Amino acid sequence: MNFRHPIGRARGLGSAKHGTGHFIAQRVTAVFLVPLLIWFAVAIANLADADYPTIVSWVSSPIVSVLLVSLIGIGFYHLYIGLQVIVEDYVASDLNKLVTLLILRAVCFLLGVAGIYSVLRISFGGF
Amino acid sequence: MANRARPLSPHLQVYRWHLTMFTSIVHRVTGVGAGVGGLLLVWWLMAAAAGPDYFDFVRSIFGAWYGRLVLFGVTWSLAFHLANGIRHLVWDLGAGFDLKTSHTSGVITIIASIVLTLAVWVYAYWSMGAF
Repeated sequence: MNFRHPIGRARGLGSAKHGTGHFIAQRVTAVFLVPLLIWFAVAIANLADADYPTIVSWVSSPIVSVLLVSLIGIGFYHLYIGLQVIVEDYVASDLNKLVTLLILRAVCFLLGVAGIYSVLRISFGGF
Repeated sequence: MANRARPLSPHLQVYRWHLTMFTSIVHRVTGVGAGVGGLLLVWWLMAAAAGPDYFDFVRSIFGAWYGRLVLFGVTWSLAFHLANGIRHLVWDLGAGFDLKTSHTSGVITIIASIVLTLAVWVYAYWSMGAF
């Protein structure tokens, strides 16, 4: 049963019907980040203060490249949808919210692209 | 429309502090801390892509006492967010919601975040040949 008058939705005050997808995306990315992060923590601790040739040869290894690209891509997507919830909770004005979310989306996207580009450049660099 | 004055529900300051509330707030804060870690990872990778000179500059910053302090904080942020994130995933399966279990899992999360952080750093110092 729907007890609400349709005018509420017509005025844009109703549910956008996209909440579930956001909720699921946050959990699915979280599940994949658990093993990726454990792998990364062990690998990076093992490489603590490593010099340039060591890091380049580590990043260039195919498995490491693929896992790093996955970690960066999934990680920054998870970061954006998490930050989005915080902004939606605490920023009241529609315009401020829109501008903040667009800036955060751009920053997370650019950082993700920059990270993936760096991995691929090192990996394909022929060192 | 949507922006007219609405009644507001009471916020943080009126509630007695309890552990599950604390872990919930810290989960958000450490999520942002993990984001800072992501930023540092990208900076470090871009430095490696840029070449040995710039990489050595970034390495010297990460290796200085203030760099290690930030990286230690980022490690704890990630460890807490990881441990508490697993706690959230268990809740999403519908398990562990009762007061006693959620309090116990909160205590375990805090201890696990500290143990994981120290384990990573002891391993890091060991691999650098500190002992």
